[in-house]
Amino acid sequence: MKVSILQFPGTNCEFDTQYAFEKLGCETQIVWHKAESLPQDTDLLVVAGGFSYGDYLRSGAIAKFSPVMKAVAKYANDGGKVLGICNGFQVLTEARLLPGALKRNEGLHFISKHHHLRVENNDNIFLEKLNNGDVVNIPIAHHDGNYYIDEAGLAELEANGQILLRYTDADGEISNPNGSVSAIAGVCNKEKNVFGLMPHPERAMEAVLGSDDGVAMLQGFVESC
Amino acid sequence: MKAIVNVFLKAGVLDSQGKAVHHALESLHFDGVKDVRVGKQIILQLDENDKEKAMADVTKMCEELLANTVIEDYEIELV
Repeated sequence: MKVSILQFPGTNCEFDTQYAFEKLGCETQIVWHKAESLPQDTDLLVVAGGFSYGDYLRSGAIAKFSPVMKAVAKYANDGGKVLGICNGFQVLTEARLLPGALKRNEGLHFISKHHHLRVENNDNIFLEKLNNGDVVNIPIAHHDGNYYIDEAGLAELEANGQILLRYTDADGEISNPNGSVSAIAGVCNKEKNVFGLMPHPERAMEAVLGSDDGVAMLQGFVESC
Repeated sequence: MKAIVNVFLKAGVLDSQGKAVHHALESLHFDGVKDVRVGKQIILQLDENDKEKAMADVTKMCEELLANTVIEDYEIELV
């Protein structure tokens, strides 16, 4: 399986993402944002985390106009599988490939810690290896992770099973670190081929580093390709 | 011509920064403040002299880049 990982100026999670997918047996390639096409046979495109363009204007706002993003939109619209992690999630919402937007955390602080997440919908290639209600322990590291969507949009997400993950405590009870609407940590598009989440599964690949729950999460993509 | 663009979170979208500033003002005993909204101002120096054209251009800039209309409203002033 071939994973292409996007790199903008200011991206800083591309090598962790590469490590994670190589550990799962994938071939990986880092793609600079000036590329006008994606590597052929890309099975999964990952928009990695970081601070593309220094988060200037809004997180992800400038990155959406990088040359590669036209190819990303085409790839996604043709049914290609896309995963945005953290800043990658912000880029995908700015590019309108995912619904909603990410605002400044409600408490205004940058939050960097492990947090529990509950699987809400596993009826998709990303989370199919997990069960609904499963709780995973995954690091979060963001300043603008406060997911916003209006009421009509939220109802649509609920109805279509597009809410992937919610922030909880270890027992699976809602615990919202950043003010996200309905404690949402990750969503997918209606077609279920574009996924975004603020937490970092690629940083939870080794038990010795605190958690390897990211393995079960990212494994879904590997098995499905 | 100069365009002054003010970008604010939409009414109904919680403005955490505005709330924090409001609390800080209260703790300084400025009790007469009912609400605070924090936004950003973007000032554009334009080549354009035609007001209508400038307004159309800047509106397009706001829609495409300067504001995220999922969460933000914008106001444009030409001077």
